[in-house]
Amino acid sequence: MDTEHQVPIWFFVGGTLSVYGVIIFGAGLYALVDPSQDANIAMRYLHADIWWGGFMALVGAFYTHRFFPWRKTDKHD
Amino acid sequence: MSSLVLLAAAETASSRLLVMRPVDYVIVAIYFAVVLAIGFYLKKFTNTGEDFFMAGRKMTAWIAGLSFISANLSSLETMGWSAMAYQYGMLGAHAYLISGALPILFLAVVMMPFYYICKTHSVPGYLSLRYGQGAASIAGVTFAILTVAVSGASMFAMAKILNLLLGWNMDVSIWVASLTVAIYVTLGGLVSAVFNEVLQFFLIWFGSLLIPILGLINAGGWTNMMAKIQENVKVIHPTVPGADFTSLWRNLGTFDNPMGIDWFGMVFGLGFAVGFAYWCTDFLQVQRVIVAKDLRAAQNGTIIGAVLKMCVPLIVTIPGLLGLAVLLNADGSPMVLVAENDVRANITHRTFNDVLPLLMGKYLSPGLLGLGITAMIAGFMSGMAGNISAFATVWTYDVYRPLIRRGASDHHYLTMGRWASLLGVLISIGTAYALFLFSNILEYLQVLIFFFIVPLFAVVLLGMLWKRCTPAAGFWAFLLGILLSISMWSYVHTFPDGYRPQPKIVLGPKTVVSIEKGTGAAAEKMSRVVVESGSIEATNVPFALGDGRASKTVENLIIKDHELSLPALVKGKGDTLLAVRVIAPEVTLVGAKEPVKFGEDGLALVLKPGVQVKGTEICQHFNPSQFNPDHAKVIARSEKAKPMAVNMYSGIWTFVFSVLVAVVVSLVTRPKPDKELANLVMGLTPRPDEGPCPWYQRPMLWAGLVFAVLVAINIIFW
Repeated sequence: MDTEHQVPIWFFVGGTLSVYGVIIFGAGLYALVDPSQDANIAMRYLHADIWWGGFMALVGAFYTHRFFPWRKTDKHD
Repeated sequence: MSSLVLLAAAETASSRLLVMRPVDYVIVAIYFAVVLAIGFYLKKFTNTGEDFFMAGRKMTAWIAGLSFISANLSSLETMGWSAMAYQYGMLGAHAYLISGALPILFLAVVMMPFYYICKTHSVPGYLSLRYGQGAASIAGVTFAILTVAVSGASMFAMAKILNLLLGWNMDVSIWVASLTVAIYVTLGGLVSAVFNEVLQFFLIWFGSLLIPILGLINAGGWTNMMAKIQENVKVIHPTVPGADFTSLWRNLGTFDNPMGIDWFGMVFGLGFAVGFAYWCTDFLQVQRVIVAKDLRAAQNGTIIGAVLKMCVPLIVTIPGLLGLAVLLNADGSPMVLVAENDVRANITHRTFNDVLPLLMGKYLSPGLLGLGITAMIAGFMSGMAGNISAFATVWTYDVYRPLIRRGASDHHYLTMGRWASLLGVLISIGTAYALFLFSNILEYLQVLIFFFIVPLFAVVLLGMLWKRCTPAAGFWAFLLGILLSISMWSYVHTFPDGYRPQPKIVLGPKTVVSIEKGTGAAAEKMSRVVVESGSIEATNVPFALGDGRASKTVENLIIKDHELSLPALVKGKGDTLLAVRVIAPEVTLVGAKEPVKFGEDGLALVLKPGVQVKGTEICQHFNPSQFNPDHAKVIARSEKAKPMAVNMYSGIWTFVFSVLVAVVVSLVTRPKPDKELANLVMGLTPRPDEGPCPWYQRPMLWAGLVFAVLVAINIIFW
């Protein structure tokens, strides 16, 4: 198996987490504007969607950058 | 219970547990797009059998470890063990500690070198090298059948859960999930399954971890949660009064604990026989780590798996415990979830299995809920992909190649592997649809794996540690162990005097009733139900026929002239009195329009003229979902033993029996010469030189540290 030219799995993980993080972060911001979105949710005053979405996006961005396939670096896959 | 409460209960139970918004659907759709993209992308990298079945044997420790755990972290696992924690308290965490992390460490340190050095492609492959084709063929055929059967059962459960939680069409759920798995496993083989399992691992954790975080904040921290649990279980679990739900070991001195098991059964049953057997010989798991790039990576990957396994209680056990502490009714009383076979299940009460979805609905806002649902679907699909890739390997290498077509080209076996993947998915779909028709098959499927895996572990372990163990011993110990395991299971489910299910009356749809309540302290409790019109179906309830006789079997009787009273209690075996279980899934109260539902044990009924009655009598001599307590006591040493304890003790006896058979047969048969056992048995397996290794990559160091942490966790939560 030619793993030299294979995109690392960590890049897929990073990309997916980034997209999900941004969507959830955005949904959290929208709920600030329209509180009816999470009216029945317990602990909504903590705005978990904002910080959890932001955290996911950061982790995703780190993985995406670190394992970007066209970047000349060590192999980590 | 007032009529108003009845109506409210009916409304709650009929509504969907979770409601998804558009953003949630977008998140689920992205997931499907990504896993398919990975499958298509990886196809060009799988050109040989080694690539397809063994992922080129190039996996790093981290990928192997994450895949190892992810393949096991199905949604049945997370939902099921959350339900177990709700039912058994902290004892549920043992599945991840003494029965999870400990056997995984054993696999890493003791067994992995043999699996890896002999370069087997599967566990049946090891049996073939060690004992010959007899034992390997039994293992290969059994494993192939079981894998797709379990995969189908998992698919059926997924469709059912998504239907109950979200109202999704079951056919669509089955076909979309299955075809997605079929595409990416058929295209990319094991490497595609492993890549997706790594991705799914992250999604499962990100989608699940927020629930314990928010739940613990909501409960006021760990100590407050435990205090609330001990307070609430008096209401939630009244059948185990005084039982300790908050400790791992303190309550295992006797069988008087929520799980109905003692320390011996826990250590040697759940821990040793079942836990070690599952983690050390289930090929689905082992395949993930034997494809690592070298032995050190295989061992370190397995140890990473052990660490991650110890962390799983964070997203499984804690939510189950939170269910006991923070799930409340509108009036602030603890919400009572019940077992699936409880009279109130899915009528007025949610079940144990709903604890995780209930917490998702409670804490996860739009977007986060989509992630949680994605985690659930990802869990199902990773488990299924694991089963399918393992099936393709075992079918091609352990059944097709030795028994059907030897000596074909690598390309031929690669093609066969792709077809086997597709065929595996189709058989799984067939199994799932079979379960629609014969749902009681699920009772058999859930235990099938244990019939096979415990004797397999005994045989593999002896094969690795004792070079005197002969091929005949391996074959007979495996075969007779399976037969003993099946025999014990049949024995505890057999009723020589006949098993008569609890007397039950189900009120038909559109039946009209009026409800009478008690007085005084029982003012809220239903005392009698008058059936004004409609129909009932009764099981094991005697009907007075008017000529002094009573019969439990009546065909479409219509009540005439006088009303007929049915008692709340009927005579059972000896002098015992059995409560009649009355279930009303959808009836109408007199004068009301909205339907109500209720279920209660020990409720008297009055049938008005015009009511249609059908009565049947059931007496079974074998029932796979019921344990004969007299027989269970023989297996599990106590009449207080619950089903979990009986299964664990069966595992112990099967292991001991298989070892004894192997020893006895070995003493009277001829062992293999040493040269044929090279790289297969302790003492004849030199460790390969893999070059210098920095201290932080040494498997023994990490295994020791993880073991110390495991001991510490058990002491802290003693």
